[in-house]
Amino acid sequence: MNKKKLILAATGLNNTDNPGPGIPVIRSIKESGKYDLRVIGLAYETLEPGIYMHDLVDKVYQVPYPSEGSSALMERIAYIREREKIDVLIPNFDAELFSFMKAEKKLEELGIRTFLPTLQQLEERHKSNLDAFGRKYGVNVPKSKSLTSLAEIPKLRNEFDYPIMVKGKFYDAYVAYNEEQVQMHFNKISAKWGLPVIIQEFVRGTEVNVIALGDGKGNTIGAVPMRKQYITDKGKAWGGITLENPDMLALTDKIIRGTKWRGGMELELIRTPENKLYVIEINPRIPAWVYLAVGAGQNLPVALVELALGNAVKPFESYEVGKIFVRYSWDMIIDLKDFEAISMKGEI
Amino acid sequence: MIRLKKNIAISDTGFVFDPSTGESFNVNETGMQMISFLKEGKTPEEITALITQEYNIDPLSFEKYFQDFMEMLKQFNLLTEKKEV
Amino acid sequence: MEKKPFERPLIKRLNAGMPGKFGIHSHIEPLREIDGVLVKDLIAEHGSPLYVLSESALRRTFREAYQTFSTRYPRVQFAWSYKTNYLNAVCNVFHQEGAWAEVVSGFEYEKALQNGVPGSQIIFNGPDKQEKDLRLAIKNGSLIHIDHFDELYMLLELAGQGTGTPKVAIRVNMDTGIYPRWDRFGFNYENGEAWEALNRILLSEKLELVGLHTHIGTYILTADAYRAAAAKLASLATGIEKKYGKVIQYIDLGGGFASKNTLKGAYVPGTDAAPSFEEYADAISSALIKSEIKPDNLPLLILETGRAMVDDAGYLLGTVLANKRLADGRRATIADIGVNLLFTSFWYQHEVLPAQDVSQHTEETTLYGPLCMNIDVIREAIDFPLLKKGDHLVIKRIGAYNMTQWLQFINYRPRVVMIDEAGKPHVIREREDLVHLIRLEKVPEHLQSPKQKKQ
Repeated sequence: MNKKKLILAATGLNNTDNPGPGIPVIRSIKESGKYDLRVIGLAYETLEPGIYMHDLVDKVYQVPYPSEGSSALMERIAYIREREKIDVLIPNFDAELFSFMKAEKKLEELGIRTFLPTLQQLEERHKSNLDAFGRKYGVNVPKSKSLTSLAEIPKLRNEFDYPIMVKGKFYDAYVAYNEEQVQMHFNKISAKWGLPVIIQEFVRGTEVNVIALGDGKGNTIGAVPMRKQYITDKGKAWGGITLENPDMLALTDKIIRGTKWRGGMELELIRTPENKLYVIEINPRIPAWVYLAVGAGQNLPVALVELALGNAVKPFESYEVGKIFVRYSWDMIIDLKDFEAISMKGEI
Repeated sequence: MIRLKKNIAISDTGFVFDPSTGESFNVNETGMQMISFLKEGKTPEEITALITQEYNIDPLSFEKYFQDFMEMLKQFNLLTEKKEV
Repeated sequence: MEKKPFERPLIKRLNAGMPGKFGIHSHIEPLREIDGVLVKDLIAEHGSPLYVLSESALRRTFREAYQTFSTRYPRVQFAWSYKTNYLNAVCNVFHQEGAWAEVVSGFEYEKALQNGVPGSQIIFNGPDKQEKDLRLAIKNGSLIHIDHFDELYMLLELAGQGTGTPKVAIRVNMDTGIYPRWDRFGFNYENGEAWEALNRILLSEKLELVGLHTHIGTYILTADAYRAAAAKLASLATGIEKKYGKVIQYIDLGGGFASKNTLKGAYVPGTDAAPSFEEYADAISSALIKSEIKPDNLPLLILETGRAMVDDAGYLLGTVLANKRLADGRRATIADIGVNLLFTSFWYQHEVLPAQDVSQHTEETTLYGPLCMNIDVIREAIDFPLLKKGDHLVIKRIGAYNMTQWLQFINYRPRVVMIDEAGKPHVIREREDLVHLIRLEKVPEHLQSPKQKKQ
């Protein structure tokens, strides 16, 4: 067999009702048949379903939470590296990206390649910086304002029409129809995520998404637009369909060209009844619904691996429109021994 | 008399499993030894003698750690008062 | 046969959500020595608790900061922020390295003079400058950074009284994109108040405007905020030159650089989150160099870095007093270090390390101080090795603010030791005692005990 040998490490094995992208990413790479593949799963918690999917993941190591810092993480990665000659590592959580970016050089010294956005790209697309992002790259974003005190709420009336969105720095978003509701959400959000609290213009329309991959030089390697067809109570897509939509692709190209985006991304957009597209959020990684893009003809995880390895990748030119994904849940049966192994030794 | 629940399973990695509640625990080396002794039905005096013989600790100091450990076992619902046959 | 070392028996519930600390081999490395001196020897000699400062770390950090800035900007001057740590030995290390003094009260001003700092190298900041302090500062030619209009008018009044022309700067507050915005100090940039103050100064001709000052906040995690601040001060400077033909001698960007401590509630530890001196220096120097200030008139860049300069050099050593189990089964350890000695524990998750060998086993522990007050908590929840009574522990990165904001409460404040570059410890502040503490007390005659009357 002359397939290329590849040892791949990936996080995000939490294939739960709020799924991480790890398993779909691994599946995409495995099913491509391109590599003689060995998969190393990196898990934070002992019941991440991916830990027990032995047909997809060959070996799993527990790693310290991102909150332990990049030095604890690197110590663990170095330990794993002594046992597994990892070629490419794909982090799949927002929260861990910062640690992996900080450690990028050290990873490279260990021979481990990544393909991540830069710290500046990560920072710029942050919710509280979205206004400036919109101005800098010439894209529509909802008008937004950072609030640091309750006293600023009455003045919002002069700048925004109700309803408005009230958002936390990292997570949480609520619609508020009047000042009292803004106040209530402000208190709740600031207690949980701190200040500032972000006020965003409420943009009416349909939410649509794009998965994309940038090569770090301004080129879009691939991009597939999708509309969620079914959404769980947690707001996660449970079904979605690929769209034919040149505007969305043009917007994606514009953002990738402007930012010279490096790595995977997910754009959350709102299409207004007037057919204007607003950027609501930019997630700096591959989303959990990546397998839909693969099914539609763009194996973005494989392209990302190739970019990480330093190989030239030809941009995808098309994808199938009208492909649908429907997610389902599946009960695995696991032996207590497996749970003991990951709990006690941190390896399985 | 207070005893360890009979069906508690312990493996040599220090993994403790309580089949009646489905809870699992881990223990360090001395914790593992004490659970084994308790499983064998040894009395506190016997356990104290065995531990102080093997480890560098005097019986009085050991007493407080022993109490603390038993307290945790109770907290975790691993003890039973029933005399088990 | 040699007996095995004893570790107390431990049982922990495995939660599905919890990462198995056992599994990931995250080992807590004890901190046995500081600059080659064993922690246990330091405690044996000087008692517990004990503050320890590393002279090498102080000098190393200062030199690193100075070099980082001076390789990016032609003229750089650091001023030691007295309030961060005004033990004379610490101040003098920085003065020997070339730092000026930055003070915020008459007391700190006196201290700087006593440490031999020339008056012209003392920066006088803050809202609390008494008339007598200002007179002294004017006489000594110190740099007075005006905080409010009342101070400005007092200076105009004093300027006419023949003690010399006050050398002044104004403190400017501004929007640099960070929160909270410190708009309570100085004059606002955006609403034009800063220009009003500058006009008043320059039109009066009684005060010599030498610089512009800002201090945007504390523990600033984005270097870009300094870029914004430097750009705004630079635009004031060019405005002044255009309007009055007056060249500003220095721009003082104050302090606020983060240390590597982790703030409570922060997701990422400070060792990852805190920008390096390089990042701050790049932001500041590029903003100044790119500004419209003429290259020949580039002002002296003054920095009042306190926390980032001294935090890492300080350690607080202590001893375990007791272990106990709380009502809900949680583990608690009581050490002899209270929050009165570690003021920063209110906002930092301090790194606490054992000072002797420990196994890889840890237990979630609440770390209490010795005070009989409920607020005396050093760490609410720390994954901590199984220390026994009498074991020593070390709290890292405590050099900033703790030796100035400490409270004498319930017990004496401990000794402070500085380990010199050759590894020799010196006592730089004695442990307090009863004589020291009651020296300022006076007991009215009718309240004196017979014993006190005899004395």
